[in-house]
Amino acid sequence: MNNKLMHSIVSHLSWGARIGLLCLIIFALSAIFAPWVSPYGQDEIVGDVWESMSGQFWLGTDQLGRDILSRLIHGARNTFFIAGAATLLSFFMGTFFGFLAAVSGGKADQLLSRTNDLMMAIPTLIFALVVLSVLPASMGILIVVMGVLDSTRVFRLSRAVAVDIVVMDFVEAARLRGENTMWIIFREILPNALSPLFAEFGLRFAFAVLFLSTLSFLGLGIQPPDADWGSMVKENKDGIVFGIPAALIPAAAIAILTISINLVVDSVLSRTSSLKGGR
Amino acid sequence: MALGNDSLSTLVAKRLALGLLLLLAISVVIFAGTEMLPGDVAQSILGQSATPEALANLRTEMGLDRPAIARYFNWLFNILQGDLGTSLSSGRDISTMIGDRLNNTLFLASFAALVSVPLAIFLGMIAVHYRDGIVDKLISITTITTISLPEFFIGYLLILFVAVQLNWLPSSSLIYQGMPIGEKLTAIALPCITLVLVVLAHMMRMTRAAILNVMSSAYIETAQLKGLSPFKIIFRHALPNAVSPIITVVVINLAYLVVGVVVVEIIFVYPGMGQLLVDHVTNRDVPVVQATGLIFAAIYILLNMFADIMAIISNPRLRHPK
Amino acid sequence: MSNQPFLQVKGLCISAQVSTTGSKKKNITLVKDVSFDLERGKVLGLIGESGAGKSTIGLVAMAYARSGCKISGGQVLVDGVDILKHSHKQIRNVRGARVAYVAQSAAAAFNPAHRLGDQVIEAALEHKLMSREDALAYADQLYAKLGLPDPENFGQRYPHQVSGGQLQRAMTVMALCAKPDLIVFDEPTTALDVTTQIEVLATIKQAINDTGTAALYITHDLAVVAQIADDIMVLQQGEMIEYGSADHIINHPKESYTADLVSVRSHEKEEKPDPDSAAILSVSNIDAAYDGHNKILKDVSLHLHAGQTLSIVGESGSGKSTLARVITGLLPPMAGETIFDGETLPSKLKSRTKEQLRQLQMVYQMADVAMNPRHTIGQIIGRPIEFYFGVSGAEKRQKVIDLLDQIELGEKYIDRYPAELSGGQKQRVCIARALAAKPKLIICDEVTSALDPLVAEGILQLLSRLQEKHDIAYLFITHDLATVRAISDSIAVMYQGSLVRFGKKSEVLSPPFDDYTEMLLSSVPSMELGWLERTLASRKMQAADH
Repeated sequence: MNNKLMHSIVSHLSWGARIGLLCLIIFALSAIFAPWVSPYGQDEIVGDVWESMSGQFWLGTDQLGRDILSRLIHGARNTFFIAGAATLLSFFMGTFFGFLAAVSGGKADQLLSRTNDLMMAIPTLIFALVVLSVLPASMGILIVVMGVLDSTRVFRLSRAVAVDIVVMDFVEAARLRGENTMWIIFREILPNALSPLFAEFGLRFAFAVLFLSTLSFLGLGIQPPDADWGSMVKENKDGIVFGIPAALIPAAAIAILTISINLVVDSVLSRTSSLKGGR
Repeated sequence: MALGNDSLSTLVAKRLALGLLLLLAISVVIFAGTEMLPGDVAQSILGQSATPEALANLRTEMGLDRPAIARYFNWLFNILQGDLGTSLSSGRDISTMIGDRLNNTLFLASFAALVSVPLAIFLGMIAVHYRDGIVDKLISITTITTISLPEFFIGYLLILFVAVQLNWLPSSSLIYQGMPIGEKLTAIALPCITLVLVVLAHMMRMTRAAILNVMSSAYIETAQLKGLSPFKIIFRHALPNAVSPIITVVVINLAYLVVGVVVVEIIFVYPGMGQLLVDHVTNRDVPVVQATGLIFAAIYILLNMFADIMAIISNPRLRHPK
Repeated sequence: MSNQPFLQVKGLCISAQVSTTGSKKKNITLVKDVSFDLERGKVLGLIGESGAGKSTIGLVAMAYARSGCKISGGQVLVDGVDILKHSHKQIRNVRGARVAYVAQSAAAAFNPAHRLGDQVIEAALEHKLMSREDALAYADQLYAKLGLPDPENFGQRYPHQVSGGQLQRAMTVMALCAKPDLIVFDEPTTALDVTTQIEVLATIKQAINDTGTAALYITHDLAVVAQIADDIMVLQQGEMIEYGSADHIINHPKESYTADLVSVRSHEKEEKPDPDSAAILSVSNIDAAYDGHNKILKDVSLHLHAGQTLSIVGESGSGKSTLARVITGLLPPMAGETIFDGETLPSKLKSRTKEQLRQLQMVYQMADVAMNPRHTIGQIIGRPIEFYFGVSGAEKRQKVIDLLDQIELGEKYIDRYPAELSGGQKQRVCIARALAAKPKLIICDEVTSALDPLVAEGILQLLSRLQEKHDIAYLFITHDLATVRAISDSIAVMYQGSLVRFGKKSEVLSPPFDDYTEMLLSSVPSMELGWLERTLASRKMQAADH
């Protein structure tokens, strides 16, 4: 049954999406099994500064002589964990308040929606920079800041989806039958909201990866000695003007990850606009 | 749309008022975001090891012992008079620090807009014309790819190949006052291309969707069944209705341009507002962060307000009430 | 003038590509081997249910196929020349100039950004048939001829500034303005209220007669086409069923399908006498508004006896659906009360008991959105059984199967999803869901208006049988007077939020009438030739009398 379902999902994907799915699986597996698959330790200095690609160092070495491939594999853990946790947080917050606003309507809806509009009126990156100028950039705080800021987008989508469903006659029929609010949210609305929300989850995760990388690149995300792909770009960026492409490798990894997600989501949804969601 | 029976001017006035209200609210949020969180400015300046006396002295000196509401109104009142305060780290006047840099950022962003907007609309129309064909598919794949790329990937790729290997353009974009315009344009060429690439695909794809939406309307079919030429169908029947959605698309992307500029400035070491903001976030220089954050947010809000007002004005139902 | 017919369609086949699951595409046939001739100045009616391919055929007269459709065979001869072989430029010269089009929804077919006048004369100017001044003058004449208000200035207005009936007439003016030889009318009166429909129908007929243009008139309503067409073609699923003169089709149909269409809803139910007992439902002096002050309902009082059917009839905006919302408790009224089965119902839904809710069920117009698409038929029908009677498991399943048998669907549907059912089957499931609560009253809100006539007929017959068997009362909300005749015991006529007439069917439908009821009743097209002329003539005489 499950095999069949998987098979039918995969067979609906375009070839681009299948490649994307494969990349995602490879990235996820290497993040999970990082200590076993990476050739060297992540902080181990194993060669000269900025050695080029070779049989020994497949992707070369970084500005301190560490193996880039090993750091990339370990860095994937931080990238996946923080972006994933932030997306989960933003989803729980966003859908909870979004459904609540749609089902309650009236003043509660007004209050939640206007607060959300206010939050969205400030560009996410600027808001995050303002907050991070006061708070320390620890992993927990990064997750909370990213999650809360991103939940405004999830709120808007889940509220819109739920509002469309709430006005349907089958919801009215359930109300006339005398069903309570929990039944209406979980049995009538949720099953119909799952597929748009699932696709949005992929897009929000891609956005979280980009956002985290940007913060780390600006030096405001993950702090040394911890590393993620964005901070690896920052560490190696001075090599670029000397023609050393080390900084491009983690940047390309980020690009491949987000392209893969977008390919899969695009194929699942076949939707044409707002791929990047809000910014 | 719940437009009620309001006239065009009332609606525009309402939207303007809402924009101003939003700006006010944003100033509260930005102020609160930095002031209410644990660890105040004095603590940030002196660090964890500061003695309580030193902290208390500094707080009094900076007026931090007064209630937050009083400080907020004081701050807002000063801003309205053009006084953005002084920097904690350098002690300089923030308004003078920002002056040139704001100009630089606007110069870069508007130049990128000047290139990307016509290009995106043109390519969007091409995509519509060849829709579902090879060109359209190619555009669609490029879109998915470029919107997934982080700005620094595009930026460093350009630096590596165009600046370092081919040596065509400078890798960092140092500009100064009184620089001849030609040199200025050469200096900003790479950051400008990066910004264009970042917004182009998205803007193009949204333009395509907006035009296709209009083209699938029943009145386009009516025009076809009148035997009008394709040229007249597009220019007389599709375009007047596509203007408003396209303006929305453009403005949304311009707003993003203003934000994307932050990262691009860091990549190309460009002396603009974005670099100022990031540097002072790292320094925890709160007054500078507040001032620059407020300016970025204000530009973003004004652009969105402009889009909404254009949408109101271009709605025939409102221009010609019953 | 040549003696050949203006339009000849020979062996026309149209196919459509539909993408099924995956990326595979499948060809389906929309129109199969259809042929007809249309002479100058004559009107051919194309009639059929939704999906019969009639609009597709109409557009082919202009060599136009909607996206996804492909003309796969046959010839379309305009003045003896096959336009399907024309170049794009030659086709453009036919469209708008020789053959013009009137769409179903004029509101969507006019460009909101331009004045009506500019759009009306556009085709004439494009094909260089008249100068701008001449075209504007001719348009003004046509506005006046089609009874549009203030004809000199009508063209200055924008589409959103005029009413739906006026827009539909303006669309006809737009088609006429370039003096085409043929006009394709695609359901031009379907979106209109019945009292507006008769006016638009009369002006279209007048315009066709006066200008001598030929017309292809497409509709699903045989009674409408009978008023206007010389010849009629009956279509079913893309195939021609019967083709002949209007007299032949209406009065002497050969095919059983045509005969069904002609006789649909001509039967009438026997009216039941009022019992001595108190009414099951009585509402008194109801005032209601959505915003607290603009009253949608004004002082409405009516009642309904157990096991009987009360039809509430009115046009859009009459407040008939609002009354249903008041009775169900979705919209608490500003004044008045609802008494159900001897007790006063709380005005708010939340204050009603489970038992009160159970007794009063509802069936909606759009069965598509009245059922949760993620629930199976078994879950949909089973939920009220579980919710009201606490029955579950095998016993519930057996009750669901019983209900499925009653609505003539059967056990095999129990695990299907709504999307796998046809429109009529979906509506049957909704009826079963209402029935599952064992109610005393079911409110039916336009339950047949989204369905094709023969399917609707089946639903009405099912409702009648269920009423006999379970002694359920129906509150039947509809705009369709044929339905009202078919099922009512008593009738309430509503107009702009007020009750204008209420009583037993025989009383309401017999004279003396009030003005509105008379106009409403006389506006319903009757399945006979010449009805339109007779009705208009008698209206004129009455106006002269007054």
